[in-house]
Amino acid sequence: MSLTADRTAELVGRALDLKGRSLWEDARRRLFRNRAAVVSIVTLGAIALAAVFGPFLLAYPYDYIDYSVVSCAPDWWPDPSVLCNAGGTHWFGTDSVGRDLLVRTLYGARVSLAVGLIATLVSLVIGVTYGATAGYLGGRIDELLMRFVDVLYSIPYIFLVIILMVIFNRNFFLLFVAIGAVEWLTMARIVRGQTLSIKQKEFIEAARASGVNDFGIIARHIIPNVFGPVIVYVTLTVPASILAESFLSFLGLGIQEPLTSWGVLISEGANQMETAPWMLIFPALFMAITLFCFNFIGDGLRDALDPKDR
Amino acid sequence: MLSYAIRRLLGAIPTLFIIITVAFFMMRIAPGGPFDSQRRLPPEIEHNIKAAYDLDKPVYQQYLIYLGKLARGDLGPSYKNKDFSVSELIADGLPVSAKLGLSAIILAVAFGLTMGTIAALRQNNAADYSIMSLAMIGITIPTFVMAPILTLIFGVYGVSLFGYDISLPVGGWNGGALRNMILPVIVLSLPQIAVIARLTRGSMVEVLHSNYVRTARAKGLSSVQVVVRHALRAAVLPLVSYLGPAIAGILTGSLVVEQIFGIPGIGRYFVQGALNRDYTLVLGVLIYYATFVILLNLLADILYAVLDPRVRYAR
Amino acid sequence: MAGPILEVANLNVEFTTPDGNVHAVRDASFHIEESECLGVVGESGSGKSQLFLATTGLLSANGKATGSVKYRGSEILNISQPKLNKLRGSKITMIFQDPLTSLTPHMTVGAQIIESLRTHSGLPYGEAEKRAMEVLELVRIPEAARRMRQFPHELSGGMRQRVMIAMATACGPDLLIADEPTTALDVTVQAQILEIMRDLKNELKTAIVLVSHDMGVIAGIADRVQVMRDGDIVEAGGIEDIFYRPRHDYTKMLLDAMPRLDNPDRKGHATPAPTAKPDVLLNVDDLKVYFPVRGRGLFAKPKSLRAVDGVSFTLHQGETLGIVGESGCGKSTLARTVLTLLPKTDGTVVWMTRDLSQISESDQRLLRKELQIVFQDPLASLDPRMTIGESISEPLRMLEPDLTRDQIKSRVREIMQQVGLEAGWINRYPHEFSGGQNQRVGIARAMVVKPKLVICDEAVSALDVSIQAQIIDLIVKLQADSGMSMIFISHDLSVVRQISHRVMVLYLGRVVEFADRETIYKDARHPYTRALISAVPIPDPKAERAKQRVRLSGDLPSPLDTRAQLSFLKSKLIDDFDAEQYRPKLIEVAPGHLVAEHDPV
Repeated sequence: MSLTADRTAELVGRALDLKGRSLWEDARRRLFRNRAAVVSIVTLGAIALAAVFGPFLLAYPYDYIDYSVVSCAPDWWPDPSVLCNAGGTHWFGTDSVGRDLLVRTLYGARVSLAVGLIATLVSLVIGVTYGATAGYLGGRIDELLMRFVDVLYSIPYIFLVIILMVIFNRNFFLLFVAIGAVEWLTMARIVRGQTLSIKQKEFIEAARASGVNDFGIIARHIIPNVFGPVIVYVTLTVPASILAESFLSFLGLGIQEPLTSWGVLISEGANQMETAPWMLIFPALFMAITLFCFNFIGDGLRDALDPKDR
Repeated sequence: MLSYAIRRLLGAIPTLFIIITVAFFMMRIAPGGPFDSQRRLPPEIEHNIKAAYDLDKPVYQQYLIYLGKLARGDLGPSYKNKDFSVSELIADGLPVSAKLGLSAIILAVAFGLTMGTIAALRQNNAADYSIMSLAMIGITIPTFVMAPILTLIFGVYGVSLFGYDISLPVGGWNGGALRNMILPVIVLSLPQIAVIARLTRGSMVEVLHSNYVRTARAKGLSSVQVVVRHALRAAVLPLVSYLGPAIAGILTGSLVVEQIFGIPGIGRYFVQGALNRDYTLVLGVLIYYATFVILLNLLADILYAVLDPRVRYAR
Repeated sequence: MAGPILEVANLNVEFTTPDGNVHAVRDASFHIEESECLGVVGESGSGKSQLFLATTGLLSANGKATGSVKYRGSEILNISQPKLNKLRGSKITMIFQDPLTSLTPHMTVGAQIIESLRTHSGLPYGEAEKRAMEVLELVRIPEAARRMRQFPHELSGGMRQRVMIAMATACGPDLLIADEPTTALDVTVQAQILEIMRDLKNELKTAIVLVSHDMGVIAGIADRVQVMRDGDIVEAGGIEDIFYRPRHDYTKMLLDAMPRLDNPDRKGHATPAPTAKPDVLLNVDDLKVYFPVRGRGLFAKPKSLRAVDGVSFTLHQGETLGIVGESGCGKSTLARTVLTLLPKTDGTVVWMTRDLSQISESDQRLLRKELQIVFQDPLASLDPRMTIGESISEPLRMLEPDLTRDQIKSRVREIMQQVGLEAGWINRYPHEFSGGQNQRVGIARAMVVKPKLVICDEAVSALDVSIQAQIIDLIVKLQADSGMSMIFISHDLSVVRQISHRVMVLYLGRVVEFADRETIYKDARHPYTRALISAVPIPDPKAERAKQRVRLSGDLPSPLDTRAQLSFLKSKLIDDFDAEQYRPKLIEVAPGHLVAEHDPV
């Protein structure tokens, strides 16, 4: 009997090596308690799914021009004088050359979201590398690198982007890089600030006293601790990138025909605002909702990762 | 204090220099030139035109010539608008843009600061939530969406408010008449009002929880005295740091606003110049913008040091 | 005659937090008479601060106070703000723990005092200014007129606290509440502040409430004492009753746990084991660590901050060397340089006949197996994203790479049990534990590689008194069991004296006195050592008040000021901030007792 009791005790003991509650789990729990953030995540997910799968399920290709249904109001529009009644269902109406707006809005979602994410990725990679290097190496190098950032910061960067876009003839690939390049400055600053503050914490010194070398310290101690604020900033950079792209497209320097994005659609819609307001409303609404969602998620993440008495 | 200002000023000059150099060479690297879109000219005439604009010399020589002219305040001729020099064009558009921008920033700071402070004082109250939600809207809806929407409501359809029919002009500058200015200024300032409100609220909340505000309360000062004399000055500091980016944001926004409302400011010249490859015009506007932003950042730094004595002697 | 100034009955304070309701103060009832000093003692979480924040209406927004608080017979709890504001700052004033963050940074010191005066007394500006200068002189701030125009960050910690006291006494209050006023200050500065408070009490007949975790501080000034734990007042009484005839177990435990400078060998507490082995393990010779510092102004020359300025000592096997000093004395820099965590500027550090600056970097890394360190802040010295098991095993993984995963795990469990942690906690995270438990993790991490020397850098300074006693006992036991040597660094001379064989006193980077634990107390020669000894509060009212006070005037000088080193040898001083000064020599006044040169007292 005593043998099984001992064995049970040993098994129970091993089972009792309970998993602790890591900070990530704490944060996740807090995030899901934030209703605005949860609703935003769901909404964003819905829009993303619609953007990816929607165009396949709809009747019209996004670039199908049909002059018989030019500038038609959506089927359910209250003012019958602008309806076309030419057959076919256009839930968002059509644009000035008869293309279906629903599919164009979803297609625009693809492009805008893609640009937002990729540009953010670009700024993430550049910013994290730059900022972590400056923060970790410190001293002269840090000063030099940050002076450079300060110089660039004082230019309304959009202007240089505009010039870039003009020079390289509205190259699609360059668009990603250019917009990413706008945002990396703040990312670098944040990463550097975080790296500096973590570098001074005692546990870094403790790691050194434990025999960890420089590379180990960066990889195992600094980067996991920098993650939090970086993620928050990433969720706020995506909407900024989407906005930047829309801005450029609005000015005619971003996405070019036949591709479309929300910025292009809004630009077209603004021109037709008085006669065909639906051309403006839907893409604007989608973009606004998407940006809202990202902002709420970003705020929620910030609160979850660093709670203070609010 | 003075040495601080001088040091910052000296630091700003290389910045400006770098911007001018980078922009200059970027424009030159661009494929195509300002005269490509026109019909083919006989070679001798083309040669003469290029010589007149110094385009036949090697690039670095063009650069030095440009710098020389710059030092004398000559920004060169506009390549596209051949009757005007860049300086003339800028002189035309600058007062317009300045009036627009200045009104926008004043509006932004005034409203943003007030709203943010109220939200902080009524933390977690209905007022706080509604103000912050409005701020969220201001941040996420871009200028070029807000402009057409507001124009639609107030310009095209017209709105009846308190018995008065408000119908604002849809565009045009009209020499800066008040009626024409209302919509553009509001649209331009909205994103900044939102950001400033959020910034002020966050900062004020933090300051109100600080130890020295607790001491001020322990001294028996009234709430008004505590906020105005002790909390406000510290809470405003992040706002002062933000002034530089705020102005940059307004400059950026003005590109769109001037376009949409048909306002003859230098923002419009910049966009047109970029699309037309009018090198000198684009560079000229860029230099003005950059100088302005740099100077403003400098002023903001000095203002910060005035408000916060701890910064004055630190490096 | 006059009734009590303050009468508190059934006071309850509750906070609503996102993690639930916290009942900070439970049913507190007490009173304070005119001109008396009430000492309130408790550890963290006892509610002692919240109790008094509630009485003055300064609770944060999520706190609620119920019950009754009467000032001279009228109810003041939860009354309207305007009515409360008439009392606050004039009749009932409060000073706080951290004077730097408690003073408004953008207002001059004078403006803040004058503001108080004008709000409550309506004095015209000129009168208020004069009165402000009077009060500053009352708290012994020299050059009051110049100080009035300075900002808080331009003053030292001790002076800032004096300004706060001045501000609180300017309007002639009946009651002054001092919430841990000296906790953030150095020991000698603390002694000055306490003396000012004692004098003010006697001269102005103000009633004082002194909230502190340090019973020695309370012993020196209080008439009555109240002991709090977890929101309850567990015992209250006259000062002699509490200290000499405590009744509640908690009070007894607190008194027992406090180290006493005049009685280091108390029963039931760890004392250094006798050592017979004379082998010298560590030989530090004339160690210097200088940091370059930018001067002020546009064209200033770079200066050197002399953090460690010529320190020498030897350490034997199994011995504990205690290093004592206040802020800026260089003790932490010294520790880190010995461990090669910081580079030295001059001098030698020889560990077991190997000169640490001559060996390669990889050898230096390997030597970490023998030289370890325990840090001050238990939570900050642990990576919050790693489990405590991972933190403890990190040195093993780095320095004993031949071990298998199972071997590592069993070593970790073994050390965890030795330091009093349950092995089952191995996967938990630091933020799930208390300060004391985290410090045990820190100790486990240092000891898991079985080092020959452990440096404890203020290892117990951030802990509550009761926990501190446990950790000290643990450290000494571990040392006795393993026979390792220890360097124990602290600003608290009582603790250092209790567990060290020999004690070294540092002042601005130099050794001023070096002797064994008995001599350093009984036969201290250097004026700084004597001032330090006199400043340490003893938790025994009679002894504390009978103590002869050796005063140091002024604040701790800046390490950049070269004249500071000669403050005890003024006869050789050159009065120039930057001049190269004479170096006081260390004289052996008796075998094993070194004292720096100083002017006769």
